[in-house]
Amino acid sequence: MIEVKSLSKFYGKKAVVEDISVTIQPRKITSFIGPNGAGKSTLLSMVSRLLDADTGDVLMDQTDVRKMKSNEFAKRVSILKQSNYMNVRLTIRELVSFGRFPYSKGRLTEEDERIVDQSLEYMGLTDMQDQFLDELSGGQRQRAFIAMVIAQDTEYILLDEPLNNLDMKHSVQIMKILRRLVDELGKTVVIVLHDINFASVYSDWIVAMKDGRVVKDGPTEQIIQSDALKEIYDMDIPIQQMGGCRICVYFNS
Amino acid sequence: MRNSIKMMILALVAAGCCVLYLFHDLNGSFDYALPRRAIKVIAMVITGFTIAYATVVFQTITHNRILTPSIMGLDALYMLIQTLIIFFLGSDHMVSANKQINFLISVAAMMVFAMLLYKFLFKRGDQQIYFLLLVGIIIGTFFTSFSTFFQVLIDPNEFQIVQDRMFASFNNINADLVWLALVIVVGVIIYAWRLVKYLDVLSLGRETAINLGVPYDSVVKQMLIVTAIFISISTALVGPITFFGLIVANLSYQFFKTYKHKVLISGAVVMSVIALVGGQWVVERVFSFSTTLSVIINFIGGVYFIYLLLKERKKA
Repeated sequence: MIEVKSLSKFYGKKAVVEDISVTIQPRKITSFIGPNGAGKSTLLSMVSRLLDADTGDVLMDQTDVRKMKSNEFAKRVSILKQSNYMNVRLTIRELVSFGRFPYSKGRLTEEDERIVDQSLEYMGLTDMQDQFLDELSGGQRQRAFIAMVIAQDTEYILLDEPLNNLDMKHSVQIMKILRRLVDELGKTVVIVLHDINFASVYSDWIVAMKDGRVVKDGPTEQIIQSDALKEIYDMDIPIQQMGGCRICVYFNS
Repeated sequence: MRNSIKMMILALVAAGCCVLYLFHDLNGSFDYALPRRAIKVIAMVITGFTIAYATVVFQTITHNRILTPSIMGLDALYMLIQTLIIFFLGSDHMVSANKQINFLISVAAMMVFAMLLYKFLFKRGDQQIYFLLLVGIIIGTFFTSFSTFFQVLIDPNEFQIVQDRMFASFNNINADLVWLALVIVVGVIIYAWRLVKYLDVLSLGRETAINLGVPYDSVVKQMLIVTAIFISISTALVGPITFFGLIVANLSYQFFKTYKHKVLISGAVVMSVIALVGGQWVVERVFSFSTTLSVIINFIGGVYFIYLLLKERKKA
């Protein structure tokens, strides 16, 4: 379980994240939603130690994450950011193999190779594992990076807008894989999403942020309600029930 | 597998260059010429190693393939130290004339400068690397201008000695310095050994590296210090030659086309040995000392640098 306790981050005097406390439920998909500039990515960066918090603590199973060794932390929590620019030319397999670095420090064992194979299989990349990343489409690249995170084999998987720039087919594909990671492998997935319908259909829990604060925090059915969304987005969003999914029709509101 | 064959060929060529340099035209002078040549070869290997290693590491840390560690202003500081010593103490003063003392003072000053720079800048948290480079460029320029100022005021005869130190040269190497440098370099290699495995991950970028459990700030800091030590040693040993690193590092990237730093660094080291030992042989036997190696290196390096710039521009 990850507990965020009164976490704040300031840039100059402006608070980007202000006094946030949330608890991430294990073995669930938790979505962070909210308008641009709400501090979702900053919060995720602080939870994953990419960014130092100014005040407050992040506790993982009652341990302060700042006190954990880098390598031990990397075996338990992985993060994938929005942009993944690299200076080197790698094949998909080489990238995915990097996911085993916390365990093998670059010398892959047979066990590592097996896990890499599995991750590639899981993301449907086995056939193109020897292609270079810079020759791939956005969706394939994103899948390769997610395969790396799967190979890292952590309890917690944090993803910062993994659906950015993806078409509908690939977005659905990735969300389904995340669902499988939770349901089949017992992972805990935390994801920043912009499309609230993806959050509605795939997540178990939703945390809504606005202006650096948490405005709503609850199970999906409670958040995907017109009055709750009004508070988050300042928009009147009607909600339709379609085939068991709650769909927000925000296009003309 | 193919990379290991390439590496073997390169290593053989490097060994060939060393043998050629040591034994060509020796005329049986095993007692006199051979030990002197051997010292030069060791000096060139140390220089080649330090420059190649430092440049590859520096470029990985900064994610930039057209930077050299000289951007930190270390060689500018070296020139300033030499100019100041000769300006204030004169060329016949012990600090200038005694090579050991001069070496130690230069290395110590460059190290102190690098440490202060890092200490000052690493207090500041995020995004510090480009800020560090910017400060390095500005201080380097300041050192260069300051040296020029003193060089204009200096006695013309004394200036000749300063000028001599502005170019890297292997023609006049002190044996004691070579052994001293060798000890320091071996010590640093052993110290940095456990950090090399992190370099491959560092080239994936800061966020991915942290995600994969690299203690990023500490590794980068230690690697920058290693770079500074290596640059200081090679500069104090033969003179400013960091431009050379740019060539061998990029040749190694193009030749081996891999992300593995053990291969890239070894490749760059072997290539720099070939260039230095082979080049010095050409300078001595073909041009019969009418030019210096660093002039040739700067010429070839300059052409290559322009080629790199044009190529990078096309890519963008």
